[in-house]
Amino acid sequence: MIPSMPQPRAYRLIYTGYIVAFFVYLALPLTVVAVFAFNDSQFPSLPWQGFTWNWFFGDTRPQIGVFHERPILRAIGTSAFVGIAVSALSLAVGTTNAFLFNRYQFRGRGLLYVLMLLPLVIPGIVLGISILVFSSRVANIAWDAAQWDVTALRPGLMLVILGQFSFITTIATLVISARLQKFDRTLEEAALNLGADRLTAIRTITIPYLMPAMIGAFVVAFLMSFENFNTTLMLVGSDAPLTIAMFDRLKEGSTPLLNAVSLLLMLGSSLLALVMIAFQRK
Amino acid sequence: MTPDLECDALTKRFGAALAVDDVSFSVPPGSFFSILGPSGCGKTTIMRMIAGFLAPSGGDIRIKGRSVLDVPPNKRPVNMVFQHLALFPMMNIADNIGYGLRRKGLPRAEITRKVGEVLERIGLPDIATRKVEELSGGQKQRVAIARCMVLEPDVLLLDEPLGALDLKLREHMKIELKALQAAFDTTFVYITHDQSEALVMSDQIAVMNAGRFEQVGTAQELYYRPETAFVAGFVGDSNRWSGRVETASGGTLGLRTEGGLLMQATAHGRPLATGDRAEIYVRPEAIRLARQDADLAQFDNRLSGRVTSLLFNGAASRILVQSDQGGPEIEVTLPQSGEFADLGRGDAVHIGWSGAQSNCFARTGAA
Amino acid sequence: MQAHARLGFILLLTPLLLWLSLLIIIPHIDMALLSLRERVGVAQYETSPANYLTFFGEPLYLRTFMRTAVMSILATAITLLIAFPVSFYIAKIARGRVQSALFLLCLVPFWVSELVRTFGWMILLRETGVISSLLQYLGIASGPVEMLYNDAAMMVGLVYTSMLFMVVPLVTTLQSLDDAVIEAGYDLGGSGPSVLREIIIPHATPGIVAGSIVVFMLSLGNYLTPTMLGGKDSLWFTQLIYSQFIVRFNWELGAAFGFMLLILSSVIVWAMLRLTGQTLEKTMG
Repeated sequence: MIPSMPQPRAYRLIYTGYIVAFFVYLALPLTVVAVFAFNDSQFPSLPWQGFTWNWFFGDTRPQIGVFHERPILRAIGTSAFVGIAVSALSLAVGTTNAFLFNRYQFRGRGLLYVLMLLPLVIPGIVLGISILVFSSRVANIAWDAAQWDVTALRPGLMLVILGQFSFITTIATLVISARLQKFDRTLEEAALNLGADRLTAIRTITIPYLMPAMIGAFVVAFLMSFENFNTTLMLVGSDAPLTIAMFDRLKEGSTPLLNAVSLLLMLGSSLLALVMIAFQRK
Repeated sequence: MTPDLECDALTKRFGAALAVDDVSFSVPPGSFFSILGPSGCGKTTIMRMIAGFLAPSGGDIRIKGRSVLDVPPNKRPVNMVFQHLALFPMMNIADNIGYGLRRKGLPRAEITRKVGEVLERIGLPDIATRKVEELSGGQKQRVAIARCMVLEPDVLLLDEPLGALDLKLREHMKIELKALQAAFDTTFVYITHDQSEALVMSDQIAVMNAGRFEQVGTAQELYYRPETAFVAGFVGDSNRWSGRVETASGGTLGLRTEGGLLMQATAHGRPLATGDRAEIYVRPEAIRLARQDADLAQFDNRLSGRVTSLLFNGAASRILVQSDQGGPEIEVTLPQSGEFADLGRGDAVHIGWSGAQSNCFARTGAA
Repeated sequence: MQAHARLGFILLLTPLLLWLSLLIIIPHIDMALLSLRERVGVAQYETSPANYLTFFGEPLYLRTFMRTAVMSILATAITLLIAFPVSFYIAKIARGRVQSALFLLCLVPFWVSELVRTFGWMILLRETGVISSLLQYLGIASGPVEMLYNDAAMMVGLVYTSMLFMVVPLVTTLQSLDDAVIEAGYDLGGSGPSVLREIIIPHATPGIVAGSIVVFMLSLGNYLTPTMLGGKDSLWFTQLIYSQFIVRFNWELGAAFGFMLLILSSVIVWAMLRLTGQTLEKTMG
């Protein structure tokens, strides 16, 4: 079991073999996606036709690379915009939630805490349709009452942002709460004792302490938003974020272009994750 | 009689580092044996080898005369009280104590009876259904011992189990552990870095340093007759000087310290010759304090000086004296019989001690 | 409460209440209301359980519903079985740098979108895929082998997609188990299986429950993996919801389906918590 227990050699070999097999299983799909981004063929499959950068930089048909494929570039832009909006909103509300649950004892606190966790146990697609149903009703009422067409409440980026925000906020709250709970309140008292007022104490002492968690929450929120599929699928309008755009293409049949986009995604998110880890270390 | 536990040339290497270096000892049945040493000296490694969690690089471990090297930890007739006790938080107290009995496949009724008995013996008959976190530190301690003792092991290993307790409770548990050992009449092997725990409880103590046993003996032997400079420095407090042997005749040494003080000391059979560099250890309570030099006539070492600090600590109060002849400050026990109650900083005092009370060791190494 | 504390309280409470009421509670109530509405004529509606009757009356819907539930539970169980030894290895056997490296490696696949992961499995498993080519090359198969579009492929994808959410809580709880407690189990005469049963699993229960809940939810609510990897004739319940909303534009029936999915997930999560004596606050918060 643990290293301090003597174990038969066979047992250790089998266990190590299992761990190796597991990591091969984890790596396999991503590896093939990455490798076939460089296949000089119309299809991301064997046989290998030779190495090419065309699926990244090519500008002539049939091999138009990512950097010359307008719809894909636009979809990446859309995803980034949605991701930043969702992260900023979730971070703001997540922080206020964390302070509320950490600093105040009030009636209904337990109930609100459970409600706060609820989005984790609601299927994403159900979150999507419930927001779709409700926003349509509000939009219909606005139209019936004042002939006012609130386009923001029709399927589109606004709803995508709200839909993703509705459950990513829970994650942000949990990440920030975890760190806030470890905060030593006497540090704030020391700041007050040294002449700071309450807000200054929070701004100069508590927020800097929370910073790694806030950066972590922002990055996690951004990644979750960027790769969200289920909720987005139900709320999307004409401007499709990247996952939806890729899904539509994939249904029509895949080209190594998709591999190239995927590889860029992997590199991008690994980079973000590394940035986050660097900040957590500090 | 066969010793309960024997270690023979026990050695453990971690890569190039030698954690335990050729250690041999034996523990007679029913005794309380302690291994005392600073952290990192290898004492935990010895204990884990006895328990079976580490395989020795060399040597043998015998329990009741039988080598246990090929016996896995769950089959060895030794049990261990872990440093942080390692009570199972997912079980109540009765299930914790009954755990080993269930492993032996005893019938349920017998387990209940044995658990009840052992709870009775540790004086906590009513806690069977409690949870681990509901117990106080001292109660957990006793449950951890009961959990092992119910299995009637040949040897009980204790890995600094008092370390996590506060001072008052630790003092109390020392006495209680000794009493429990007597009540169960089982061999205890206890490791600690706290000399007072070892001195109070043990029949035999091994002082360990850098993977080796420096000395094995009773508490008194270690305290009054340390065999090495390490033991003299580690067990109890001492004033320490470095110096050189100027005269050596008939077991009496004349030494001059680096600060220039002249001292008399008894060799106690240690091989020291004229010209040798030496370390001199004198315990604070071996030094007599007086107002006049004449009161110290019976001592062969006498100094005059001034009080630089009063370190009041009840019965263990001391003063620091700066000798007029120079050298480092000397720690002297302050008698609490009242005659020095008005002593203040800067007062002139005389101090003296018998050379037979000091311990000298040849200095090893270049330093 | 002092005046400034009260003001702070209100300022902190407002975003929480706005978020929960406008995006979670009211939309779900609205969805429930919609699901109880029956269209009787052009722009004419009345309250009735008709949509639910349709759901229970149509074998395809009910069968898909049950199938989704059972397959999700199965996916959760498989994920747990695969993840537990791996988590134990990371938490208790690997040390230092190896430990952090293995843990990071577990996280890497989940920094990219589920779509990319699914795409990877398609490249591997399809008729013209890597594994099929490899089998032909090795002479094990004589022609192209289609391994995509069946339940096994879908299961591989579901398990793969949720792995991280099982590994992370398991590693966290297993790391909090002191090695000395495991050693004590052995020292008192325990064997591997008994230590696992009486000490390790009871200690890891909160992590097992937390991981299982998340994995179950992700499988149940998954749309992408069943659509891309699953067979054409083996529907997933989310596909029914999607088709009612987007293809058929029958929102009333779609809302009823959504509500059934919500009830199913709530019941199973609740049952999981009850069976193991855990609470949502403890496992998730």
